[in-house]
Amino acid sequence: MTAPGVKTEIGTGRYIGQRVRRKEDPRLLTGRGQFVDDISLPGMLHCAFVRSPIARGNILGIKTDIARDVPGVHAIYTQQDLAHFKADLLSFYLAAPDVEMTPLANGRVAYVGDPIAIVIADSRHSAEDAASLIEVDYADEDPVVTLADAARGAPVHPRTDNNIAAQMGEEEIDEELAAKLSSAPHLITHKVVHQRISQSPMETRGVVVSRDGPEELTLYITCQSPHLVARWLSLSLGLPEKAIRVIAKDVGGGFGLKNHPWKEELAVILAALKFGRPLKWIEDRYENLIGANQAREQEMTLQVAFDNDGRLIASHGDYSVNIGAYPQLPECNIAVHMFVWAAYKMPAYGFLTRGWYSNTVGYAAYRGPWAMESLIRETALDIAARRIGIDPIEIRRRNLVTLQDQPTTTCMEIPLEDITPAECLEKLLAHFDVDAFRKQQKTARDEGRYLGLGVAAYIEPTGAAGSIATMTGELAQVQIEPTGKVTAIMSTHSQGHGTATTMAQIFADRLGVRYEDVTVFEGDSSRGGFSPGAAGSRQGVIAGGAAIMAGDLLASKVKTLAAHLAETTVDAIRIEDGMVHVEGQPEKSRTLRQIAEIAYGEPDRLPPGFEPGLEAKYRYQPPPMTFASAANACVVEVDINTGFVKILRWISSEDCGTPINPSVVEGQIAGGLAQAIGMVLYEEMSFDDRGNPLAATYKDYMLPLISDIPTFEFLHANTPSKSVGGMRGVGEGGAIIGTPTLVNAIADALALFGEVPVDLPLTPAKLLSVIEGRDLVSPSLAPEAPAPMVAPIVTPTPAVQPASAPGKEIQIDGDWKMVLSTPVGPQEMTGHFETNGTALSGYLAAAEGQQSFTGIVDGNNLIFDLKVEKPLKITLKYNLTVEGNRISGKCKMGIFGSAKLTGHKL
Amino acid sequence: MSKHHIEVTINGRRHTADVEARISLSDLLRDNAGYTGVHVGCEHGVCGACTVIVDGLAVRSCLMLAVQANGAQITTVEGLAAEDGTLHPVQQALLEEHGLQCGFCTPGVVMTLAALTGNNAKPSEQQLLGALSGNVCRCTGYQGIRRAAKRLACAETGEHA
Repeated sequence: MTAPGVKTEIGTGRYIGQRVRRKEDPRLLTGRGQFVDDISLPGMLHCAFVRSPIARGNILGIKTDIARDVPGVHAIYTQQDLAHFKADLLSFYLAAPDVEMTPLANGRVAYVGDPIAIVIADSRHSAEDAASLIEVDYADEDPVVTLADAARGAPVHPRTDNNIAAQMGEEEIDEELAAKLSSAPHLITHKVVHQRISQSPMETRGVVVSRDGPEELTLYITCQSPHLVARWLSLSLGLPEKAIRVIAKDVGGGFGLKNHPWKEELAVILAALKFGRPLKWIEDRYENLIGANQAREQEMTLQVAFDNDGRLIASHGDYSVNIGAYPQLPECNIAVHMFVWAAYKMPAYGFLTRGWYSNTVGYAAYRGPWAMESLIRETALDIAARRIGIDPIEIRRRNLVTLQDQPTTTCMEIPLEDITPAECLEKLLAHFDVDAFRKQQKTARDEGRYLGLGVAAYIEPTGAAGSIATMTGELAQVQIEPTGKVTAIMSTHSQGHGTATTMAQIFADRLGVRYEDVTVFEGDSSRGGFSPGAAGSRQGVIAGGAAIMAGDLLASKVKTLAAHLAETTVDAIRIEDGMVHVEGQPEKSRTLRQIAEIAYGEPDRLPPGFEPGLEAKYRYQPPPMTFASAANACVVEVDINTGFVKILRWISSEDCGTPINPSVVEGQIAGGLAQAIGMVLYEEMSFDDRGNPLAATYKDYMLPLISDIPTFEFLHANTPSKSVGGMRGVGEGGAIIGTPTLVNAIADALALFGEVPVDLPLTPAKLLSVIEGRDLVSPSLAPEAPAPMVAPIVTPTPAVQPASAPGKEIQIDGDWKMVLSTPVGPQEMTGHFETNGTALSGYLAAAEGQQSFTGIVDGNNLIFDLKVEKPLKITLKYNLTVEGNRISGKCKMGIFGSAKLTGHKL
Repeated sequence: MSKHHIEVTINGRRHTADVEARISLSDLLRDNAGYTGVHVGCEHGVCGACTVIVDGLAVRSCLMLAVQANGAQITTVEGLAAEDGTLHPVQQALLEEHGLQCGFCTPGVVMTLAALTGNNAKPSEQQLLGALSGNVCRCTGYQGIRRAAKRLACAETGEHA
């Protein structure tokens, strides 16, 4: 099963593949970590925010005079004071927002917690005292809170037609697909409602910012990549000339929340630029729960058609996500549809996917942001198995893509070469005796105890590079110091990932030195090169590959020098335990230190053309995408008198390729599984109908505790990927596969009582409602009537408008500024059109280049095609309508469905 | 706001301060005394990250006022390891069992376990796990923390020593 390719057979070494102790731990265990709140700078002042107590309305006035008199207060700023910086709140894709977004409210608030003013004072206490004395008058409006509200309510953002922030796919199910669905022997229509989640890193957000003269800016900030923060900020401020240094040595968890700064961090940075003294803001937990971006609130309806043997025929997905007022990701989560059937033999799939604005705090990433695909698919498969009357394991065996089936291409055109979910499932089943469990389940049921088994399988795209501006390769720099010690500078970033450990393991192996003699420095944008850090399960895959390549370059340099000094060939040199040995000539062994001293200090002894010193660097560009696979099983007991769920056993069978450190791998999986358990059973960030958050402390937002999480059993497959080193990534998987595994187990336990609606979290009240056959969920918190997916009330603009009134001149020829809403954010371009009768010609120009086209004109309707090669070969079919100075319409993007285009004449 | 003079012993060293009555013990330890290993995770006594030992007992320093600690003996996570750097048995167990990832909740976990295993106490595994249900960890899924607790319980009762 070893994939061909370069350097994938690295599997295990003296350190790679071993459970070595983490280098980060001694400082963290003794209280010597350096988190952002541990930083104090001379002259530093403290910040607190005034936040909106209402979800929607205009600000009529802000009175700050009393607050200004509080002792210790230095300044109070509102958006007016910061507007001149013209700083943009860029998305993760570094795109400017579609709608107005400002760090502080610009005359209008759009969610409870929206920051309105920032107070700068000697201490946080004084700043909070003053903030509480600032009076804000509002003209309150009815907020749009839920997805249903978003569909029928007034637009959250002025000057928009509706609350759809992003939309892809087709509003009408394709006729051919509809026929396949309706004529199938079995059609399952399955709806999943996923609650809103607070990422809840144990360290909240925070920033210390220092304007060091007019040209330099130093930030200490909670983040997932100092390099990404520096890049984001440089673009946001439009100050490419400013030297920005971002330092984040220790960060207490990120999980997607800390990808880049958002409103509060940007407000503090601008305030520091204006005020000129170092400023600190540390988010408190109340602020974190109401004001930090959140994740997951989404609904999806999946139709799945099966033949009589339980084999897949066709499927359609309709997905909506509530992205709040000011999302970091203003998107419609196309990845849900890209991957929903990627691991299965699904012949046909269609979808509609939408992101909706609402008067709630904005949307951000959370471990496996597209995880709905696995949750809805794996729970649908179990429902189908029950309905068709086959075993849930058998239905997966019949439909999963196996190694024998590959290479193949998914229904969404994703090439698969070496995914192993079917193999992970078989490995799991070899470890877990399903027949024995079924007997145990039956015996227990006779005793009035309800046990359930849940199984799920999935694949996960990891280590993506090259298709999104921020998702790049990784740079590794490594040197053997004159002391013989190895120092590496990486652009990885750990919020618990242990990259200083895993990268050191790689360098120690590749250089032939002791792990103890390697130090990895990271967490500083002034070192290394651009990397998005922890995002998309990428660091092990990409930085691991970079470390291997750089380590090998440096080892080769050592060997070249040693061979020259020993007057032998490079092949005769072996480096082991920091000693450089010459084959057959033990007397010529030298320590690395001796070699290094010569390399740095004795240029006369170096071979001709040898660059002095022992340093190497390599930027590794991995394959565009790598896949991890897994199958999980868990056993639960549901108490039918209380609705409480007890997890009795949990087995993870995963394939993350080469595990650099199995303890780190298992730590990542376990952390993700615990978050999945939290999502299924406990965590819920909900709002009342005025948009007030209902969980503002950890007494209301229930995080899983040690007593809620079982001891996990791990099985590893370790099939090398095609990336250098063979790693496959492991950061997000547990949070993705854990949810359907647990839901399936609960549904299996309660199957005798009927299907358990997948409306997370599955609280005791919801489970008792199934058990007792009556609604025990309090009315105020009950989900809306279980009608099918909310139909859009907002009428979309038809793609083709009727031709303009006769006699009105249509001016098509010329240049148009246009914005296409793509899956990775809005893309700006200039369209040049020339008409000649019904013939159309012209070009579209964007930052990436210019492409010409020809097409036809029909009245005010322009139709033309463009073929593109990246990220996939697809034909873009434009159908646009000109109305006066405005242009609008759609671009059909092959399997990605349609994207909206709007624009105006230049 | 009027200030109150207090005197405490932190990690064996005398510390005096003039503090406002509203200042929490965690703020005193972090901001006034410089023990930044005391981590404030929730400020309402749920997450346990700020746990320190006050007169032998594990205390949530975010819920105790500095003035209430006047005269107390306080140990923070900085005060556990020996002067030569040898880790405390609790720290050593967490290190060997991969009981931490980001390390933010870790000082609280360490102090909870240290308070229960100190003074020759022989806590059972259940006692340790019960106490740890007051320490929230978002990274590890508690696997290594549970292994460390089991090991400490065994070591103290001599079952597997």
